Amino acid sequence: MNLTRRQALITALSAAAVAGILPRSASAQSLEDAMAAFTGGAEASEGGIIITAPEIAENGNTVPVEVEAEGAARITIFAAGNPNPGVVTFAFGPLAAVSRASTRIRLAETQDVVVVAEMADGSYQMAAQEVKVTIGGCGG
Amino acid sequence: MEGVRPRVRVDSATEAGAVVEVKTLISHPMESGLRRDGDGNLIPRQIINRFTAEYNGEMVIDVTLEPAISTNPYFEFDATVPEPGTFTFTWYDDDGDVYTSTNDQSF
Amino acid sequence: MPGNARRATMAVLLAGTVMVAPALGDESAELVIDGQVFVTRTEAPEHMEYVPEIISGWVFRSDETQAVQMDDFDNPGMLYVDEGLDLWTQVDGEAGESCASCHGDAESMAGVRTQMPHVNEDGELWAMEDYVNNCRTERMEAEAWGWESGPMLAMTTMISYQSRGLPMNVQIDGEAQEYWEQGRDLYYTRFGQLNLSCANCHEDNYGNMLRADHLSQGQLNGFPVYRLKWAGVGSIHRRLRGCITDTRAETFGRGSDELTALELYVSSRGNGLSVEAPSVRN
Repeated sequence: MNLTRRQALITALSAAAVAGILPRSASAQSLEDAMAAFTGGAEASEGGIIITAPEIAENGNTVPVEVEAEGAARITIFAAGNPNPGVVTFAFGPLAAVSRASTRIRLAETQDVVVVAEMADGSYQMAAQEVKVTIGGCGG
Repeated sequence: MEGVRPRVRVDSATEAGAVVEVKTLISHPMESGLRRDGDGNLIPRQIINRFTAEYNGEMVIDVTLEPAISTNPYFEFDATVPEPGTFTFTWYDDDGDVYTSTNDQSF
Repeated sequence: MPGNARRATMAVLLAGTVMVAPALGDESAELVIDGQVFVTRTEAPEHMEYVPEIISGWVFRSDETQAVQMDDFDNPGMLYVDEGLDLWTQVDGEAGESCASCHGDAESMAGVRTQMPHVNEDGELWAMEDYVNNCRTERMEAEAWGWESGPMLAMTTMISYQSRGLPMNVQIDGEAQEYWEQGRDLYYTRFGQLNLSCANCHEDNYGNMLRADHLSQGQLNGFPVYRLKWAGVGSIHRRLRGCITDTRAETFGRGSDELTALELYVSSRGNGLSVEAPSVRN
């Protein structure tokens, strides 16, 4: 096949566009696996969690995220658009004043940050917030 | 790993039962195991995989870290200080090294 | 769960197609660290013909990035300051000396950063890294450090930190003038396949967006800088090289006469802004 430079570029771009969607659906599966591993397969109901994260992160290398779920025993953060969805799990001990923690995380691309909390009664709550990861003009 | 530096900042409790804000930062590359070097070889994973904060032997927070935690891991949380004593902060490295830092509370 | 997954997928698809709004921070915010107020905007030095006001790069960053610099504990650049303070008193080399042996407390370095780069006794323009290595090889009889090596970054960050809050004040006249003019010429020279000069972005278009990047004036008062992208501290010459490479040009080496002259000229465009080292940028 003889491709002009422009055709080759278009083909490459379409392939990239498709590829941009495929890994996401693939990792959505592993997100569900990761969630099931945390909840033991139990359903998580929505709400009860406060996520504080930038709507737009200037750099995906270092994204500040704070999670809080009143009365939670454990809170875990997933990033479905990363190569591996697991990010961090906070287990709160008897001397944790509130079930709240902040950290800085890596996000490979624009995606939902998914947070699941295990409550004191053994039930699960979940929440998600989208964080847009920008690609700056300057590689530098 | 050589040259790893923990930093800790804890509010001073003024009375028994006070809630204090704790911030911790440790210098560590958090090598994800997904990056390649100049020759195209995977750089082996080396991260801090666990961090704990205890007060007088009782747990405040026990954190499991994955490679998606940023370089120089940072944590902020709130602890209850039931009596005078000592915070012990412990970071566990993939290579088996353990780094600790302490903070005394007297009021 | 399936509903959530569907919505998550929709959100991802939308994000892929819709233009992302820029991550603009509060441009009127004031930089205060531990009660110390920093000059992040001031009247441009007389030699600048086309820019009325000089503005620190901090102003152009998002609220979250600005916040990291406003608390020394949150700022990972302070790890380098701590390491630099340890190195300061560490004996190294055949002469059995440390920095402290000659210079005393690290606080004696206050003001040094404001005058870098500087013309040395032999009439050569030196960056701070040159001065550090001169001390190491001549006085300590130790090995020179690499320009972008860990100990060099720790040392230059710590020395710069001693000037934090002081106004940048590099010399541009007298013996510095020829270097300053060389730097100015480089600043206005178009480089690379993209045919861009420093001025095209940082003078003509600061405040505008370059794709998702909020273009700053390219000020150097925050250096050495902790860059989120680098996940570490980097030197002025690393940043200058990055910019020139972005124009798709062959660039100059770290420590080259060209980059040191350019550093002097760009620094002089920030005369009056507070030293912020270690600053935090994206």
